[in-house]
Amino acid sequence: MSGTYLGLPSFPAAAREATRDGQLRANLRHATHTIRSKRATAISELTDWPQLRAAGAAIKDHTLRHLDHYLLQLEEAVTAAGGTVHWATDADDANRIITALVHATGHTEVVKVKSMTTQETGLNHALAHAGITAYETDLAELIVQLGNDLPSHILVPAIHKNRTEIRDIFTREMTHWGRPAPDNLTDNPTDLAEAARLHLREKFLTAKVAISGANFMIAETGTLAVLESEGNGRMCLTLPDTLITLAGIEKVIPTWQDLEVFLQTLPRSSTAERMNPYTTLWTGTTPHNGPRTFHLVLLDNGRTDTLADTTGRQALRCIRCSACLNVCPVYERTGGHAYGTPYPGPIGAILTPQLHGTTTPLDASLPYASTLCGACYDVCPVAIDIPDILTHLRERITQGGPTTRQGQKTTIKPAKRHRLEHTTMRTTRWTLQHPTALHHAQKLATHTRKLHPKNPPGTTTKAWTTTRNLPQIPPTTFRQWWQQHQKQTTQPTQHTQQAPHTEKAQPAHNTEQNELTPQTPQTPQNGKSEKGQQNEKGGRQQ
Amino acid sequence: MRVALFLTCVNDLLYPDTGRAVVTLLERLGVEVDFPAGQTCCGQAHYNTGYRHEAEPLVRRHAEVFAGYDYVVAPSGSCVAMVRENYPRMAERAAAEGRDSGRGLAAAAAAAVPQTYELTEFLVDVLGVTDVGAYFPHTVTYHPSCHGLRMLGLGDRPRRLLQAVRGLELRELPGAQECCGFGGTFAVKNPDVSAAMGQDKIDNARSTGAQVLCGADNSCLMHLDGMISRQNTPLRAVHLAEILASTQEHPYQTPETAGKIR
Ligand code: SF4
Repeated sequence: MSGTYLGLPSFPAAAREATRDGQLRANLRHATHTIRSKRATAISELTDWPQLRAAGAAIKDHTLRHLDHYLLQLEEAVTAAGGTVHWATDADDANRIITALVHATGHTEVVKVKSMTTQETGLNHALAHAGITAYETDLAELIVQLGNDLPSHILVPAIHKNRTEIRDIFTREMTHWGRPAPDNLTDNPTDLAEAARLHLREKFLTAKVAISGANFMIAETGTLAVLESEGNGRMCLTLPDTLITLAGIEKVIPTWQDLEVFLQTLPRSSTAERMNPYTTLWTGTTPHNGPRTFHLVLLDNGRTDTLADTTGRQALRCIRCSACLNVCPVYERTGGHAYGTPYPGPIGAILTPQLHGTTTPLDASLPYASTLCGACYDVCPVAIDIPDILTHLRERITQGGPTTRQGQKTTIKPAKRHRLEHTTMRTTRWTLQHPTALHHAQKLATHTRKLHPKNPPGTTTKAWTTTRNLPQIPPTTFRQWWQQHQKQTTQPTQHTQQAPHTEKAQPAHNTEQNELTPQTPQTPQNGKSEKGQQNEKGGRQQ
Repeated sequence: MRVALFLTCVNDLLYPDTGRAVVTLLERLGVEVDFPAGQTCCGQAHYNTGYRHEAEPLVRRHAEVFAGYDYVVAPSGSCVAMVRENYPRMAERAAAEGRDSGRGLAAAAAAAVPQTYELTEFLVDVLGVTDVGAYFPHTVTYHPSCHGLRMLGLGDRPRRLLQAVRGLELRELPGAQECCGFGGTFAVKNPDVSAAMGQDKIDNARSTGAQVLCGADNSCLMHLDGMISRQNTPLRAVHLAEILASTQEHPYQTPETAGKIR
């Protein structure tokens, strides 16, 4: 990994590499299975989980429907509490605003509390470009940063690394960023945590500027909330003089009381904890306590476009708990990098193509990175119907249709890559619409079945036959058997029951006739005679 | 009771044995089965791949063909889920887009949806049976396909039916609820991930020591059996209906392509 998302290949190609990396797959499997089963236990403790889930979805839906209102209310409340609100239309805009704010403080170093939104905008690169060094302070983000890597998971960004790999990164890299790793560092988790603690403490005590994300923003009071497990976030949020928070506009909720729902659902869904270890809430600035200056940068970056889509807008309910990643069988085998943005897994597959549009090969491949198995929908604490949105986005890619980009309604054309597929789909649809044509095609297939090659040419077939055999076409279709069966059952005197599988010994050309001949002598006690009576009760023979 | 068999396109051409098994089974239970000849495909492959407009004519055709039956029974959870979950959704979307076909689709969905049942639902809920008089002297492990499991909520119906089969020993499949990796066109659009998932499913099935990997959806079984036969693994993928149709008098016989149950 090169520490940047630019130039990543489309999902299937990236996934091919990932599925071949045995160590990566083992790390992922272990981590996702552990957290998956813990989460299930944590959820099962709450008898009102379905109600909490519905409440979370309802609060978010209501807020999204009146987003303009709540954002203005939030701005007013934050300003009244001594903060300053900035509006950013896209990633560049956000990075420009934040860079200027940091420059204005006169400092060139900032500490960061884990924020996916800053990953989304590529803030660290923008800051570096402007001569500002950003230090990640979340343990996993620190590992990712030191390793010049990219996060692979929303909640556990370094999920793809094991302890030994982390030890090597610390030993090699810490010295370039500040306090070096202790000599002879082991890969014992306690030792690794201690090394990180010493390294980070220096940063916390010297940093004058902090940059954070936010889990929730309360419109009523102008309060922001960050939920984290290590306490490093709280250091960032309370020690520096200046605090700059970047948050997507969808993070707003109307009232303080609404938090109660999410403070129950988020920790249980993400870390399987009953209560979050560190929940830091702040409202503007407070004299003699915490940062003197507070800036809130509200980011759109494709969110209002997403909001304009009546099916896809559900994705904005997401509270980034990562439960969908941990149950996703595709994520489990590929890890997060294959998804090409900070939002991997099922949520990434629906969010990224909505925020970016579906025009690049990577964005257009993401909605297909799912089997539509539905496990993600089942676990989502705000009930986002991810499979439905995936199908909806596939539609946009293959058929084109109306969409909104940068606030403008446009109609996009079907993606070029899918032209051949579209033709196939149209032809098969036509055949399926015309049963006679279909039956002819089926007959042809069964009659020529002995001639079919084991590995027919064509990229689609190859994609199947590299690891799997094609099913062999049986000598008769069900329809052909049914016609014979019907003749039998409508002539009660010749009544015989077929065993379900009688064709196997018959030569292909002679099947229909053979099927009329019972393979096993019938006894009066068998199911057949009962069936005869029941058929008389039924209506068909009369 | 007028019951129509909705066989699904995959079964008709590639797995006719499953259709025969359903007919045999239902007739043995006293149900009079009809097979409306005009049926072709529910449109799932088109819809799930993103060709909703191409799927619409298939929805209307499907509804027409099955109109008037008291029950429509299919041996495929995902095709039933398509009819019950996605037909109404498609009708809503078409209406929202202001296309004329919207009204036709809403009627089609309303006609097709209520009486469409997955086989195990029909047996357990409508006929009220779990012991269907089957005999199958083999060790079996059961994979619940995702759409049956999650979209239809089939619950323990398939397992209850299997447990009542004489001679059958049911073994728990580790990670049963995980997707097998078929996913329709996913199997060819993301072949590497699909195969990795299929391999884990097969490894789990093999770890039970069962002779038969049973499922209630031939599309998933096609993917798994394709891997099994490539690897020459001592495991057979068999559709649930074929197990339930098997009796002492007319035991299950493997299709010519599948070889013996070892
Ligand atoms: S989509 Fe749902 S499950 Fe996935 S991260 Fe968001 S809230 Fe959590």
